Amino acid sequence: MPAFWHWFIAGGTILFVIWCVWLISWSSKQGPANVADDEVVGHKWDGDLEEWNNPAPKWWLYLYFITIAWAIGYLVAFPGLGSYEGMLGWSQEGQYEAEMQAAAENYDPIYEEFAAMDFEVLSQNAQAQALGKSLYASYCTTCHGSDARGAPGYPNLTDNVWLWGNAESELYISIANGRNAVMPVLAPALGGDEGIANMAKYVKSLSGGEADAGAMSAQPMFVALCSACHGVDGTGNKIFGAPNLTDDIWLYGGSLETIQETLLNGRNGVMPAHGDLLGENRTKILAAYVYSLSQ
Amino acid sequence: MRHDTIEKSLNLMMVLIVVAISIGGLVEIVPLMMSSDATEPDEGIEVYSPLRLAGRDVYVREGCYNCHSQMIRPFRSETERYGPFTTAGETVYDRPFQFGSKRTGPDLARVGGRYSDEWHRLHLMDPRALVPESNMPSYTWLAEREVDGDLVTAKLEVLRLLGDPYTDEQIAGAAGEVAGRTELDALVAYLQGLGTNRRNRR
Repeated sequence: MPAFWHWFIAGGTILFVIWCVWLISWSSKQGPANVADDEVVGHKWDGDLEEWNNPAPKWWLYLYFITIAWAIGYLVAFPGLGSYEGMLGWSQEGQYEAEMQAAAENYDPIYEEFAAMDFEVLSQNAQAQALGKSLYASYCTTCHGSDARGAPGYPNLTDNVWLWGNAESELYISIANGRNAVMPVLAPALGGDEGIANMAKYVKSLSGGEADAGAMSAQPMFVALCSACHGVDGTGNKIFGAPNLTDDIWLYGGSLETIQETLLNGRNGVMPAHGDLLGENRTKILAAYVYSLSQ
Repeated sequence: MRHDTIEKSLNLMMVLIVVAISIGGLVEIVPLMMSSDATEPDEGIEVYSPLRLAGRDVYVREGCYNCHSQMIRPFRSETERYGPFTTAGETVYDRPFQFGSKRTGPDLARVGGRYSDEWHRLHLMDPRALVPESNMPSYTWLAEREVDGDLVTAKLEVLRLLGDPYTDEQIAGAAGEVAGRTELDALVAYLQGLGTNRRNRR
Protein backbone atom coordinates (compact mmCIF):
# COMPACT_ATOMS: atom_id res chain seq x y z
CA MET A 1 0.00 0.00 0.00
CA PRO A 2 1.46 3.40 -0.96
CA ALA A 3 2.44 5.60 2.00
CA PHE A 4 -0.14 8.22 1.11
CA TRP A 5 -3.05 5.80 1.34
CA HIS A 6 -1.62 4.22 4.50
CA TRP A 7 -1.70 7.61 6.23
CA PHE A 8 -4.99 8.51 4.64
CA ILE A 9 -6.67 5.43 6.15
CA ALA A 10 -4.81 5.38 9.45
CA GLY A 11 -5.06 9.14 9.95
CA GLY A 12 -8.72 9.27 8.99
CA THR A 13 -9.58 6.43 11.34
CA ILE A 14 -7.64 7.81 14.32
CA LEU A 15 -9.00 11.33 13.86
CA PHE A 16 -12.51 9.92 13.68
CA VAL A 17 -12.05 8.00 16.93
CA ILE A 18 -10.70 11.14 18.65
CA TRP A 19 -13.58 13.15 17.27
CA CYS A 20 -16.09 10.58 18.62
CA VAL A 21 -14.54 10.89 22.11
CA TRP A 22 -14.75 14.66 21.95
CA LEU A 23 -18.29 14.67 20.60
CA ILE A 24 -19.65 12.37 23.28
CA SER A 25 -17.83 14.15 26.09
CA TRP A 26 -19.03 17.49 24.82
CA SER A 27 -22.63 16.50 24.29
CA SER A 28 -22.81 14.75 27.69
CA LYS A 29 -22.09 18.12 29.29
CA GLN A 30 -25.06 19.71 27.57
CA GLY A 31 -28.40 19.52 29.21
CA PRO A 32 -30.06 20.74 32.42
CA ALA A 33 -27.06 22.86 33.46
CA ASN A 34 -27.77 25.19 30.57
CA VAL A 35 -31.50 24.94 30.72
CA ALA A 36 -33.96 26.55 33.03
CA ASP A 37 -35.68 23.92 35.19
CA ASP A 38 -39.00 24.31 33.55
CA GLU A 39 -37.73 24.52 30.00
CA VAL A 40 -39.19 22.04 27.61
CA VAL A 41 -38.01 21.53 24.07
CA GLY A 42 -41.28 22.74 22.74
CA HIS A 43 -42.82 19.58 21.34
CA LYS A 44 -46.12 18.48 22.80
CA TRP A 45 -48.14 15.39 21.94
CA ASP A 46 -51.56 14.15 23.08
CA GLY A 47 -52.15 17.26 25.13
CA ASP A 48 -49.73 16.54 28.01
CA LEU A 49 -46.78 14.55 26.61
CA GLU A 50 -43.82 16.94 26.54
CA GLU A 51 -40.18 16.57 25.57
CA TRP A 52 -37.69 17.66 28.23
CA ASN A 53 -34.05 18.39 27.62
CA ASN A 54 -32.65 15.90 30.15
CA PRO A 55 -29.27 14.15 29.81
CA ALA A 56 -29.12 10.53 28.67
CA PRO A 57 -28.76 8.00 31.51
CA LYS A 58 -25.17 7.42 32.64
CA TRP A 59 -25.12 3.71 31.72
CA TRP A 60 -26.06 4.69 28.20
CA LEU A 61 -23.23 7.20 28.07
CA TYR A 62 -20.76 4.60 29.36
CA LEU A 63 -21.79 2.24 26.57
CA TYR A 64 -20.48 4.80 24.10
CA PHE A 65 -17.13 4.95 25.87
CA ILE A 66 -16.95 1.15 26.06
CA THR A 67 -17.45 0.83 22.30
CA ILE A 68 -14.72 3.42 21.71
CA ALA A 69 -12.34 1.55 24.01
CA TRP A 70 -13.21 -1.65 22.15
CA ALA A 71 -12.44 0.04 18.82
CA ILE A 72 -9.05 1.19 20.05
CA GLY A 73 -8.20 -2.29 21.33
CA TYR A 74 -9.35 -3.80 18.04
CA LEU A 75 -7.27 -1.40 15.96
CA VAL A 76 -4.19 -2.21 18.02
CA ALA A 77 -4.68 -5.99 17.81
CA PHE A 78 -5.93 -6.41 14.25
CA PRO A 79 -4.99 -4.91 10.86
CA GLY A 80 -7.27 -1.90 10.50
CA LEU A 81 -5.01 1.10 10.22
CA GLY A 82 -3.67 1.22 6.68
CA SER A 83 -0.79 -1.19 6.24
CA TYR A 84 -0.28 -1.72 10.00
CA GLU A 85 -0.54 -5.48 10.53
CA GLY A 86 -1.82 -5.56 14.08
CA MET A 87 -0.17 -6.97 17.20
CA LEU A 88 -1.73 -10.41 16.76
CA GLY A 89 -0.36 -10.74 13.20
CA TRP A 90 -3.74 -12.01 12.01
CA SER A 91 -4.52 -12.03 8.31
CA GLN A 92 -7.25 -13.57 6.19
CA GLU A 93 -4.75 -15.54 4.10
CA GLY A 94 -2.89 -16.61 7.23
CA GLN A 95 -6.06 -17.96 8.81
CA TYR A 96 -6.93 -19.84 5.60
CA GLU A 97 -3.46 -21.34 5.33
CA ALA A 98 -3.50 -22.44 8.96
CA GLU A 99 -6.85 -24.12 8.38
CA MET A 100 -5.54 -25.91 5.29
CA GLN A 101 -2.37 -26.92 7.11
CA ALA A 102 -4.34 -28.40 10.00
CA ALA A 103 -6.55 -30.30 7.56
CA ALA A 104 -3.52 -31.64 5.70
CA GLU A 105 -2.01 -32.91 8.94
CA ASN A 106 -5.27 -34.60 9.88
CA TYR A 107 -6.31 -36.08 6.59
CA ASP A 108 -3.20 -36.69 4.48
CA PRO A 109 -2.12 -39.77 6.49
CA ILE A 110 -5.61 -41.26 6.02
CA TYR A 111 -5.53 -40.66 2.27
CA GLU A 112 -2.01 -42.06 2.00
CA GLU A 113 -3.08 -45.21 3.77
CA PHE A 114 -5.90 -45.63 1.27
CA ALA A 115 -3.63 -44.82 -1.67
CA ALA A 116 -1.49 -47.82 -0.81
CA MET A 117 -4.48 -50.17 -0.61
CA ASP A 118 -5.55 -52.64 -3.25
CA PHE A 119 -8.50 -51.37 -5.30
CA GLU A 120 -10.88 -54.25 -4.47
CA VAL A 121 -10.07 -53.98 -0.77
CA LEU A 122 -10.54 -50.22 -0.91
CA SER A 123 -13.97 -50.61 -2.50
CA GLN A 124 -15.06 -52.61 0.57
CA ASN A 125 -13.40 -50.47 3.25
CA ALA A 126 -16.14 -48.76 5.28
CA GLN A 127 -14.17 -45.59 6.00
CA ALA A 128 -13.09 -45.20 2.36
CA GLN A 129 -16.69 -45.76 1.33
CA ALA A 130 -17.86 -42.97 3.62
CA LEU A 131 -15.24 -40.63 2.13
CA GLY A 132 -16.15 -41.73 -1.38
CA LYS A 133 -19.79 -41.10 -0.67
CA SER A 134 -19.19 -37.50 0.37
CA LEU A 135 -16.89 -36.92 -2.61
CA TYR A 136 -19.62 -38.34 -4.82
CA ALA A 137 -22.16 -35.99 -3.25
CA SER A 138 -19.95 -32.97 -3.94
CA TYR A 139 -18.76 -33.73 -7.44
CA CYS A 140 -21.00 -36.26 -9.17
CA THR A 141 -24.64 -35.88 -8.12
CA THR A 142 -25.44 -32.99 -10.45
CA CYS A 143 -25.20 -35.26 -13.49
CA HIS A 144 -25.35 -38.83 -12.21
CA GLY A 145 -27.99 -38.11 -9.57
CA SER A 146 -27.89 -38.41 -5.79
CA ASP A 147 -29.00 -42.05 -6.18
CA ALA A 148 -26.31 -42.60 -8.89
CA ARG A 149 -28.94 -43.81 -11.34
CA GLY A 150 -28.10 -41.11 -13.86
CA ALA A 151 -30.39 -39.10 -16.10
CA PRO A 152 -31.04 -39.17 -19.86
CA GLY A 153 -27.57 -38.67 -21.36
CA TYR A 154 -25.82 -39.34 -18.05
CA PRO A 155 -25.05 -42.98 -17.28
CA ASN A 156 -26.56 -44.97 -14.45
CA LEU A 157 -23.65 -46.02 -12.24
CA THR A 158 -25.49 -48.74 -10.36
CA ASP A 159 -26.45 -51.16 -13.16
CA ASN A 160 -23.02 -52.66 -13.84
CA VAL A 161 -23.19 -51.58 -17.48
CA TRP A 162 -20.04 -49.62 -18.31
CA LEU A 163 -19.49 -47.47 -21.38
CA TRP A 164 -15.79 -47.02 -20.68
CA GLY A 165 -15.10 -50.02 -18.47
CA ASN A 166 -14.94 -50.54 -14.71
CA ALA A 167 -11.36 -51.70 -14.20
CA GLU A 168 -9.40 -49.53 -11.74
CA SER A 169 -7.39 -47.83 -14.50
CA GLU A 170 -10.49 -47.24 -16.65
CA LEU A 171 -12.50 -45.71 -13.83
CA TYR A 172 -9.53 -43.62 -12.74
CA ILE A 173 -9.08 -42.21 -16.26
CA SER A 174 -12.81 -41.54 -16.62
CA ILE A 175 -12.80 -39.43 -13.46
CA ALA A 176 -9.37 -37.78 -13.71
CA ASN A 177 -9.15 -37.04 -17.45
CA GLY A 178 -12.82 -37.08 -18.38
CA ARG A 179 -14.32 -38.76 -21.42
CA ASN A 180 -15.73 -37.50 -24.67
CA ALA A 181 -18.02 -39.75 -26.71
CA VAL A 182 -19.08 -38.63 -30.16
CA MET A 183 -22.03 -40.09 -32.01
CA PRO A 184 -21.82 -38.45 -35.46
CA VAL A 185 -24.79 -37.04 -37.35
CA LEU A 186 -25.86 -39.90 -39.62
CA ALA A 187 -28.98 -38.44 -41.16
CA PRO A 188 -27.38 -37.55 -44.55
CA ALA A 189 -25.93 -41.06 -44.98
CA LEU A 190 -29.19 -42.81 -44.11
CA GLY A 191 -31.19 -41.26 -46.91
CA GLY A 192 -34.20 -39.39 -45.66
CA ASP A 193 -36.92 -40.01 -43.12
CA GLU A 194 -37.62 -43.58 -44.18
CA GLY A 195 -33.98 -44.61 -43.91
CA ILE A 196 -33.77 -43.08 -40.43
CA ALA A 197 -37.01 -44.71 -39.32
CA ASN A 198 -35.85 -48.13 -40.57
CA MET A 199 -32.47 -47.80 -38.90
CA ALA A 200 -34.12 -46.78 -35.63
CA LYS A 201 -36.35 -49.87 -35.79
CA TYR A 202 -33.37 -52.09 -36.56
CA VAL A 203 -31.34 -50.65 -33.67
CA LYS A 204 -34.27 -51.15 -31.31
CA SER A 205 -34.73 -54.73 -32.50
CA LEU A 206 -31.14 -55.51 -31.47
CA SER A 207 -32.33 -55.35 -27.86
CA GLY A 208 -35.11 -57.82 -28.54
CA GLY A 209 -38.47 -57.56 -30.18
CA GLU A 210 -39.66 -57.97 -33.73
CA ALA A 211 -37.62 -56.76 -36.68
CA ASP A 212 -39.94 -56.21 -39.62
CA ALA A 213 -38.88 -56.11 -43.28
CA GLY A 214 -38.21 -52.37 -43.10
CA ALA A 215 -35.94 -52.81 -40.10
CA MET A 216 -34.06 -55.68 -41.75
CA SER A 217 -33.49 -53.50 -44.83
CA ALA A 218 -31.31 -51.24 -42.66
CA GLN A 219 -29.01 -54.08 -41.60
CA PRO A 220 -26.40 -53.68 -44.40
CA MET A 221 -26.28 -49.98 -43.64
CA PHE A 222 -25.74 -50.78 -39.93
CA VAL A 223 -22.73 -52.94 -40.83
CA ALA A 224 -21.36 -50.24 -43.11
CA LEU A 225 -21.95 -47.19 -40.90
CA CYS A 226 -22.38 -48.23 -37.28
CA SER A 227 -20.26 -51.32 -36.78
CA ALA A 228 -16.99 -49.39 -36.64
CA CYS A 229 -17.92 -48.18 -33.16
CA HIS A 230 -20.85 -50.35 -32.03
CA GLY A 231 -19.52 -53.61 -33.51
CA VAL A 232 -21.13 -55.79 -36.19
CA ASP A 233 -23.28 -57.47 -33.55
CA GLY A 234 -24.06 -54.11 -31.89
CA THR A 235 -22.44 -54.94 -28.55
CA GLY A 236 -20.49 -51.69 -28.42
CA ASN A 237 -16.86 -50.86 -27.79
CA LYS A 238 -15.51 -49.35 -24.62
CA ILE A 239 -12.50 -47.83 -26.43
CA PHE A 240 -14.86 -45.24 -27.94
CA GLY A 241 -17.44 -45.36 -25.17
CA ALA A 242 -19.84 -46.73 -27.79
CA PRO A 243 -22.84 -48.23 -25.99
CA ASN A 244 -23.93 -51.83 -26.27
CA LEU A 245 -27.14 -51.68 -28.33
CA THR A 246 -28.27 -55.19 -27.48
CA ASP A 247 -28.82 -54.92 -23.71
CA ASP A 248 -31.97 -52.77 -23.76
CA ILE A 249 -30.22 -50.11 -21.66
CA TRP A 250 -30.43 -46.73 -23.32
CA LEU A 251 -28.29 -43.76 -22.43
CA TYR A 252 -30.54 -41.20 -24.14
CA GLY A 253 -33.78 -43.19 -24.12
CA GLY A 254 -34.97 -46.25 -26.01
CA SER A 255 -38.10 -45.01 -27.73
CA LEU A 256 -38.10 -45.01 -31.54
CA GLU A 257 -38.41 -41.22 -31.48
CA THR A 258 -35.33 -40.82 -29.29
CA ILE A 259 -33.28 -43.24 -31.38
CA GLN A 260 -34.28 -41.30 -34.49
CA GLU A 261 -33.26 -38.08 -32.78
CA THR A 262 -29.86 -39.61 -32.01
CA LEU A 263 -29.39 -40.61 -35.65
CA LEU A 264 -30.59 -37.23 -36.87
CA ASN A 265 -28.60 -34.89 -34.62
CA GLY A 266 -25.80 -37.07 -33.27
CA ARG A 267 -24.78 -37.06 -29.61
CA ASN A 268 -21.86 -35.61 -27.77
CA GLY A 269 -21.43 -37.20 -24.35
CA VAL A 270 -18.96 -35.36 -22.14
CA MET A 271 -17.61 -36.41 -18.78
CA PRO A 272 -15.55 -33.44 -17.56
CA ALA A 273 -12.05 -33.98 -16.16
CA HIS A 274 -11.85 -33.93 -12.36
CA GLY A 275 -8.19 -34.81 -11.82
CA ASP A 276 -7.13 -31.24 -11.01
CA LEU A 277 -10.00 -30.76 -8.60
CA LEU A 278 -9.62 -34.04 -6.73
CA GLY A 279 -5.94 -34.94 -6.85
CA GLU A 280 -4.64 -38.49 -7.14
CA ASN A 281 -5.61 -40.00 -3.80
CA ARG A 282 -9.17 -38.77 -3.73
CA THR A 283 -9.70 -39.79 -7.36
CA LYS A 284 -8.76 -43.33 -6.40
CA ILE A 285 -11.13 -43.36 -3.43
CA LEU A 286 -13.93 -42.00 -5.60
CA ALA A 287 -13.20 -44.58 -8.31
CA ALA A 288 -13.44 -47.33 -5.70
CA TYR A 289 -16.73 -45.93 -4.41
CA VAL A 290 -18.19 -45.76 -7.94
CA TYR A 291 -16.98 -49.32 -8.53
CA SER A 292 -18.73 -50.47 -5.36
CA LEU A 293 -22.06 -48.94 -6.44
CA SER A 294 -22.67 -51.72 -8.94
CA GLN A 295 -21.21 -54.59 -6.93
CA MET B 1 -22.54 26.00 19.99
CA ARG B 2 -25.56 24.51 21.67
CA HIS B 3 -27.03 21.19 20.77
CA ASP B 4 -30.34 22.77 19.87
CA THR B 5 -28.55 25.05 17.39
CA ILE B 6 -27.80 21.95 15.32
CA GLU B 7 -31.17 20.40 15.98
CA LYS B 8 -33.07 23.45 14.90
CA SER B 9 -31.05 24.31 11.79
CA LEU B 10 -31.87 21.87 9.00
CA ASN B 11 -29.02 22.98 6.72
CA LEU B 12 -26.34 22.73 9.40
CA MET B 13 -27.64 19.32 10.43
CA MET B 14 -27.57 18.05 6.83
CA VAL B 15 -23.99 19.19 6.32
CA LEU B 16 -22.84 17.56 9.56
CA ILE B 17 -24.63 14.28 8.74
CA VAL B 18 -22.99 14.15 5.29
CA VAL B 19 -19.58 14.81 6.85
CA ALA B 20 -20.07 12.09 9.46
CA ILE B 21 -21.17 9.49 6.90
CA SER B 22 -18.51 10.43 4.35
CA ILE B 23 -15.62 9.63 6.63
CA GLY B 24 -16.44 5.91 6.57
CA GLY B 25 -16.64 5.95 2.78
CA LEU B 26 -13.50 8.04 2.39
CA VAL B 27 -11.47 5.71 4.57
CA GLU B 28 -12.90 2.39 3.34
CA ILE B 29 -13.92 2.89 -0.30
CA VAL B 30 -11.67 5.56 -1.83
CA PRO B 31 -8.35 3.81 -1.05
CA LEU B 32 -9.69 0.58 -2.63
CA MET B 33 -10.58 2.45 -5.81
CA MET B 34 -6.95 3.54 -5.95
CA SER B 35 -5.45 0.17 -4.99
CA SER B 36 -3.83 -1.91 -7.72
CA ASP B 37 -5.05 -5.13 -6.01
CA ALA B 38 -8.60 -4.16 -6.85
CA THR B 39 -8.16 -2.33 -10.15
CA GLU B 40 -5.62 -4.40 -12.07
CA PRO B 41 -6.46 -7.86 -13.40
CA ASP B 42 -4.86 -10.98 -11.90
CA GLU B 43 -2.58 -12.95 -14.18
CA GLY B 44 -4.59 -14.60 -16.96
CA ILE B 45 -7.76 -12.58 -16.44
CA GLU B 46 -8.99 -11.18 -19.74
CA VAL B 47 -11.90 -9.08 -20.93
CA TYR B 48 -15.11 -10.92 -21.82
CA SER B 49 -15.49 -12.04 -25.42
CA PRO B 50 -18.57 -10.52 -27.12
CA LEU B 51 -20.59 -13.74 -26.74
CA ARG B 52 -19.66 -14.17 -23.08
CA LEU B 53 -20.41 -10.52 -22.40
CA ALA B 54 -23.87 -11.01 -23.89
CA GLY B 55 -24.25 -14.09 -21.69
CA ARG B 56 -23.22 -12.12 -18.64
CA ASP B 57 -25.94 -9.60 -19.32
CA VAL B 58 -28.48 -12.42 -19.65
CA TYR B 59 -27.23 -13.69 -16.27
CA VAL B 60 -27.81 -10.26 -14.76
CA ARG B 61 -31.16 -9.72 -16.48
CA GLU B 62 -32.57 -13.06 -15.33
CA GLY B 63 -31.44 -12.35 -11.79
CA CYS B 64 -29.24 -15.44 -11.47
CA TYR B 65 -27.36 -13.58 -8.72
CA ASN B 66 -30.45 -13.82 -6.52
CA CYS B 67 -29.78 -17.52 -5.96
CA HIS B 68 -26.16 -18.04 -7.07
CA SER B 69 -23.13 -16.33 -5.59
CA GLN B 70 -19.83 -15.90 -7.42
CA MET B 71 -17.74 -15.40 -4.35
CA ILE B 72 -15.73 -18.20 -2.80
CA ARG B 73 -14.67 -17.20 0.69
CA PRO B 74 -11.27 -18.12 2.09
CA PHE B 75 -12.44 -21.09 4.17
CA ARG B 76 -11.48 -24.70 3.61
CA SER B 77 -15.12 -25.77 3.49
CA GLU B 78 -15.62 -23.46 0.51
CA THR B 79 -12.41 -24.05 -1.39
CA GLU B 80 -12.78 -27.84 -1.08
CA ARG B 81 -16.11 -27.70 -2.81
CA TYR B 82 -15.72 -24.87 -5.30
CA GLY B 83 -12.02 -24.21 -5.89
CA PRO B 84 -9.60 -21.43 -4.92
CA PHE B 85 -11.05 -18.43 -3.11
CA THR B 86 -12.07 -15.34 -5.06
CA THR B 87 -9.70 -12.39 -5.35
CA ALA B 88 -10.44 -8.77 -6.19
CA GLY B 89 -8.21 -8.86 -9.27
CA GLU B 90 -10.43 -11.50 -10.86
CA THR B 91 -13.43 -9.25 -11.05
CA VAL B 92 -11.96 -6.05 -12.53
CA TYR B 93 -13.85 -6.56 -15.80
CA ASP B 94 -17.15 -7.23 -14.03
CA ARG B 95 -19.35 -4.16 -14.03
CA PRO B 96 -20.76 -4.76 -11.54
CA PHE B 97 -19.27 -7.92 -10.01
CA GLN B 98 -21.71 -10.78 -9.40
CA PHE B 99 -20.64 -11.70 -5.85
CA GLY B 100 -24.26 -12.16 -4.80
CA SER B 101 -25.27 -12.70 -1.20
CA LYS B 102 -27.41 -15.83 -1.18
CA ARG B 103 -26.87 -19.44 -2.14
CA THR B 104 -30.16 -21.09 -2.92
CA GLY B 105 -28.13 -22.77 -5.65
CA PRO B 106 -24.38 -23.41 -5.57
CA ASP B 107 -21.65 -20.84 -6.04
CA LEU B 108 -20.74 -20.42 -9.72
CA ALA B 109 -17.38 -18.63 -9.54
CA ARG B 110 -15.52 -21.76 -10.76
CA VAL B 111 -18.28 -23.57 -12.63
CA GLY B 112 -16.55 -23.27 -16.03
CA GLY B 113 -15.66 -26.71 -17.42
CA ARG B 114 -17.27 -28.57 -14.53
CA TYR B 115 -20.15 -29.72 -16.74
CA SER B 116 -20.50 -30.10 -20.51
CA ASP B 117 -22.12 -27.47 -22.74
CA GLU B 118 -24.93 -29.92 -23.40
CA TRP B 119 -25.48 -30.35 -19.67
CA HIS B 120 -25.91 -26.59 -19.24
CA ARG B 121 -28.34 -26.42 -22.17
CA LEU B 122 -30.53 -29.20 -20.82
CA HIS B 123 -30.27 -27.88 -17.30
CA LEU B 124 -31.30 -24.33 -18.23
CA MET B 125 -34.22 -25.64 -20.29
CA ASP B 126 -35.39 -28.13 -17.66
CA PRO B 127 -33.35 -28.36 -14.47
CA ARG B 128 -35.33 -31.28 -13.08
CA ALA B 129 -34.53 -33.47 -16.08
CA LEU B 130 -31.01 -33.69 -14.67
CA VAL B 131 -31.35 -32.86 -10.98
CA PRO B 132 -34.74 -34.12 -9.76
CA GLU B 133 -34.48 -32.36 -6.40
CA SER B 134 -33.64 -28.97 -7.94
CA ASN B 135 -35.94 -25.99 -7.38
CA MET B 136 -34.38 -23.85 -10.11
CA PRO B 137 -36.85 -22.43 -12.63
CA SER B 138 -36.70 -23.31 -16.34
CA TYR B 139 -35.42 -20.62 -18.71
CA THR B 140 -36.90 -21.94 -21.94
CA TRP B 141 -37.25 -18.56 -23.64
CA LEU B 142 -33.47 -18.13 -23.80
CA ALA B 143 -33.34 -20.65 -26.65
CA GLU B 144 -35.76 -18.58 -28.72
CA ARG B 145 -34.16 -15.16 -28.37
CA GLU B 146 -31.21 -14.12 -30.48
CA VAL B 147 -28.37 -11.97 -29.25
CA ASP B 148 -28.47 -8.43 -30.67
CA GLY B 149 -25.14 -7.82 -32.44
CA ASP B 150 -25.48 -4.02 -32.54
CA LEU B 151 -26.17 -3.88 -28.82
CA VAL B 152 -23.12 -6.01 -28.04
CA THR B 153 -20.94 -3.77 -30.23
CA ALA B 154 -22.24 -0.69 -28.42
CA LYS B 155 -21.52 -2.33 -25.03
CA LEU B 156 -17.93 -3.10 -26.03
CA GLU B 157 -17.44 0.53 -27.08
CA VAL B 158 -18.75 1.78 -23.75
CA LEU B 159 -16.57 -0.67 -21.84
CA ARG B 160 -13.56 0.53 -23.78
CA LEU B 161 -14.40 4.10 -22.78
CA LEU B 162 -14.38 2.90 -19.17
CA GLY B 163 -10.89 1.47 -19.67
CA ASP B 164 -11.38 -2.21 -20.63
CA PRO B 165 -8.69 -3.09 -23.19
CA TYR B 166 -10.86 -4.14 -26.15
CA THR B 167 -9.10 -3.88 -29.51
CA ASP B 168 -10.58 -2.38 -32.69
CA GLU B 169 -10.68 -5.87 -34.24
CA GLN B 170 -12.65 -7.27 -31.29
CA ILE B 171 -15.21 -4.48 -31.56
CA ALA B 172 -15.44 -4.77 -35.36
CA GLY B 173 -15.89 -8.54 -35.12
CA ALA B 174 -18.36 -8.52 -32.22
CA ALA B 175 -21.56 -8.48 -34.26
CA GLY B 176 -20.22 -11.28 -36.46
CA GLU B 177 -19.26 -13.41 -33.45
CA VAL B 178 -22.73 -13.32 -31.93
CA ALA B 179 -24.66 -13.49 -35.24
CA GLY B 180 -27.28 -16.22 -35.12
CA ARG B 181 -26.42 -17.20 -31.54
CA THR B 182 -29.21 -17.45 -29.00
CA GLU B 183 -29.20 -16.08 -25.49
CA LEU B 184 -28.91 -19.70 -24.35
CA ASP B 185 -25.63 -20.06 -26.31
CA ALA B 186 -24.39 -16.81 -24.80
CA LEU B 187 -25.26 -17.78 -21.22
CA VAL B 188 -23.65 -21.21 -21.60
CA ALA B 189 -20.51 -19.57 -23.03
CA TYR B 190 -20.44 -17.20 -20.06
CA LEU B 191 -20.90 -19.99 -17.51
CA GLN B 192 -18.28 -22.19 -19.18
CA GLY B 193 -15.74 -19.38 -18.88
CA LEU B 194 -16.26 -18.69 -15.17
CA GLY B 195 -13.06 -19.28 -13.24
CA THR B 196 -11.22 -20.87 -16.16
CA ASN B 197 -8.85 -17.95 -16.74
CA ARG B 198 -7.05 -18.49 -13.48
CA ARG B 199 -3.69 -20.14 -13.78
CA ASN B 200 -4.06 -22.01 -10.53
CA ARG B 201 -7.42 -23.73 -10.52
CA ARG B 202 -6.65 -25.76 -7.44
